[in-house]
Amino acid sequence: MATAFEAGTNEPGPPSRRRSALSRQRVRAAWLFLAPMLVVLGLVAGWPLLRTLWFALTDASLADLDRYEFVGPLNFLYLSTDPDWWRAVRNTLVFTFVSVSLETVLGMMIALALHTRFRGRGLLRAAVLIPWAIPTVVSAKMWAWMFNDVFGIVNELLLTVGAIAAPIAWTASPDTAMAAIIIVDVWKTTPFMALLLLAGLQMIPEEIYEAARIDGVNPVEVFFRVTLPLIRPALVVAIVFRTLDAMRIFDLVYVMTGNNRTTMSMSIYARQQLVDFQDVGYGSAAAAMLFAIIAVMTVIYLMAIRFGREA
Amino acid sequence: MGAWLWLFLAGLVAALLAGWGRAPWRWRRRIGRIGFACLLLLLILYTVFPFYWAVVSSLRTGSALFSTELWPRDPAWDNYVAIFREQPFATNILNSVLVAVATVAVSLLLAVAAAYALGRVSFRGRLPLLFTVLSVSMFPQIAVLSGMFELVRAFGLYNRLGSLVLSYLVFTLPFSVWVLTSFMRELPKELEEAAIVDGARPVTLVLRIFLPLLAPAMVTTGLLAFIAAWNEFLFALTFTLSAEQRTVPVAIALISGASAYELPWGNIMAASVVVTLPLILLVLVFQRRIVAGLTAGAVKG
Repeated sequence: MATAFEAGTNEPGPPSRRRSALSRQRVRAAWLFLAPMLVVLGLVAGWPLLRTLWFALTDASLADLDRYEFVGPLNFLYLSTDPDWWRAVRNTLVFTFVSVSLETVLGMMIALALHTRFRGRGLLRAAVLIPWAIPTVVSAKMWAWMFNDVFGIVNELLLTVGAIAAPIAWTASPDTAMAAIIIVDVWKTTPFMALLLLAGLQMIPEEIYEAARIDGVNPVEVFFRVTLPLIRPALVVAIVFRTLDAMRIFDLVYVMTGNNRTTMSMSIYARQQLVDFQDVGYGSAAAAMLFAIIAVMTVIYLMAIRFGREA
Repeated sequence: MGAWLWLFLAGLVAALLAGWGRAPWRWRRRIGRIGFACLLLLLILYTVFPFYWAVVSSLRTGSALFSTELWPRDPAWDNYVAIFREQPFATNILNSVLVAVATVAVSLLLAVAAAYALGRVSFRGRLPLLFTVLSVSMFPQIAVLSGMFELVRAFGLYNRLGSLVLSYLVFTLPFSVWVLTSFMRELPKELEEAAIVDGARPVTLVLRIFLPLLAPAMVTTGLLAFIAAWNEFLFALTFTLSAEQRTVPVAIALISGASAYELPWGNIMAASVVVTLPLILLVLVFQRRIVAGLTAGAVKG
């Protein structure tokens, strides 16, 4: 049947039939174009993920990945009784919540500033992009140096202004280590937030603001009544992206405070078990838990989009 | 001195608040403008200062390093010489370049073909596929770590740069597909229709029509993927072992001094400046492109 249809495309047949054959040919070509990408993605993402989930149910060790035994949900059981793991979960959640909140508020302020017309706007936009472009490891080191307890410029500045009486060991003290990490993360990722929000702001038609201005609505009210509802889609996307990204935080924490328990994130916990302690089974279980949490959040987000589109 | 400063600031704010309602409109406008300018200056200071401080510190050696003066009085290049002499930093840079370029090349090649299918052809399963690609880019890297470790060993790539190219595809590929698809969908429909009427095959279509039109989008996507690969840390830390195979982020993270408590901050800052300067230049040159690329996937998706 198919060949008959294809042969028919060259003949001046009825247009509808010719079209359907053509589109079928196009669909087949589309799958051919997709195939290499799908194969590679399956190899580097799908397969390793499945293996990780499988390892989570075994007692595999890094020294010999070929010899292991199936242990069922034992790793997850151990995980649920490890206070260090729960501490890592709590750290990750606190980090995510605080830094994403701060980034949203600050990013919104920067986006609003970038949205107004003034001389040197290009300069400001370039300046804002700099923290984004700096590798995370480098920004962690730069800030660790600024946060240095003896020679750091942050302590020096705060002492001069009189905000603190004695130098603070920012990254070493358990009271301030998480705050230091959050400060660096906010510094580094707010630009991304601001740019996404700016793109949202630029899609709002000017006339709406004109109308508000003519009606004499004050700027604060314009922001809450007009701007905020209109950029809500962009805002939600930005927050979701940043939240999912913050949940998997690894490099910043690793470089600033290492495997320190007080700031350890879920990714750090999993990697320490997996690589440092060579316990692939247990480490994979921790990784699988993080994956599950992020997967659930992604599914909720995608469903919310669907729902929002239909409504 | 600190207390006086605070008192002065508090007084200023109080005066502003008290006089605001009664001040003439012209004054209020002017003060508002000055305030806005101050805010912007503060913002620029906030975003740029840490890097500036890294540059200043990298030019100081010995006890000068501990000075908190804002300007380097006798700039010295010793730290820069040291990082290239005391460790294979040049090799590390070369590694990073090789890995990032190879990753970008493979991702773009695969992604542009996929983006044609996802952006221009409507077929059943297109949307679920797009969502799958998007969710892969949201994967926590740690979730594929043990499986990837096994894969890397099976291919004999452990402690080789190939392991990084392979593993970096996890994030660069879905990202490139997503961004290129959103650019692909924006191209006018008429172009393609004319070519189809002329009897062009899909391969010709992609190579002759879409590729030239997509060149700017590919530069953007490639740039963003390059930066992502250049900055990656977790896989690079886990899949390489010897100093000669390390990429730049790992090399910087693992710079250590005579003892664990005496980090050679001058060297670390010099290395940081060396690897960041090219990125900052790239970003300044391609500013508009990068902003377009960053927002393309998110807003229109």
